[in-house]
Amino acid sequence: MLHTVNKSPFDRNSLESCLRFAHQGHSILLFEDGVYGALKGTRFETLLTEALKSYNIYVLVPDIEARGMRTDGIIEGIKPTDYAGFVDLVAQTKAVQAWL
Amino acid sequence: MKFAILVNEGPYQHQASDSAYQFTKAALEKGHEIFRVFFYHDGVNNASRLTVPPQDDRNIVNRWSELAKEHHLDMVVCIAAAQRRGLLDEKEAKRHGKDANNIAEGFRISGLGQLIEAGIQSERLVVFGD
Amino acid sequence: MEEQGVIKKFLYVNRKAPYGSIYALESLEVVLIGAAFEQDISLAFIDDGVYQLKKNQQTSVSSGIGVKDFSKTYRALEGYDVEKLYVDNKSMEERGLTVDDLIVDVQLLDDAQMAQLMEQQDVVLSF
Repeated sequence: MLHTVNKSPFDRNSLESCLRFAHQGHSILLFEDGVYGALKGTRFETLLTEALKSYNIYVLVPDIEARGMRTDGIIEGIKPTDYAGFVDLVAQTKAVQAWL
Repeated sequence: MKFAILVNEGPYQHQASDSAYQFTKAALEKGHEIFRVFFYHDGVNNASRLTVPPQDDRNIVNRWSELAKEHHLDMVVCIAAAQRRGLLDEKEAKRHGKDANNIAEGFRISGLGQLIEAGIQSERLVVFGD
Repeated sequence: MEEQGVIKKFLYVNRKAPYGSIYALESLEVVLIGAAFEQDISLAFIDDGVYQLKKNQQTSVSSGIGVKDFSKTYRALEGYDVEKLYVDNKSMEERGLTVDDLIVDVQLLDDAQMAQLMEQQDVVLSF
């Protein structure tokens, strides 16, 4: 299953709820304001680093760049992707769950 | 593969409509089929013909219309959500005695059953919202 | 057009409180319409979504917020053969709620059970 998270973890608990219910081996895509969770140096870095042990985590680069952030600021292990990559992720999994 | 897209937010207020558009475009470019794009909640406002964005900004409504024309997309606006937000096509405007209609080209108004059908008929449903 | 006999597992995920925004009400409208399609429907209430099911919602025009109280519709779902209502136990505990506070009978699920429910779905509708 692919989980999409589009909210900043500072604003809402979408990412935390997603991590509570995602199964081992699931994919998680951080996009829109969700990309703030993918960055090094925030108080969520430990949570994400831990999560990387169980899930494949992706971040949408156009949303990173739009917000003045750089891909070298992404936590190691989180994979950068683009809209085409987003499409592939959807195609590869059985269902998509949006954590709105 | 056959995708369906659900757009839950209006244009300009949230990024959901932009993300849905970029995703839909990328899926089409990769040769996937878009069974339907369904607009719900404030997402119905993506279908307003009367939006006038500044010239240096993207025109979200026209962009959807053009994509629909190019790829024969089925873009459906939920009738219940549309009516309570003042989105009417010619037929509905006449039926409710309103003096105007405002549905942009390429969109059609129909019921929520179209969303459920999209969920049944497509292989993946992707939701964009707030 | 319509394929006969296709039954998919649909999960409606409700994570937002009622009245502050329209998501809860319009989500319920999808559930009611969707019931006619004879699919395998489940509803999940997580985070602030559990507040949708709170008993005793008072919204009268004369003394309240003047918005239609739609909470009673959850009770009518049974008549539409929508009987699988699942509530996240942790969200309830965090909010000091018990099943006695809810307007309908639900099944409380722990994290693993809710994760399992989600894993089984073909279509997940989030509002």
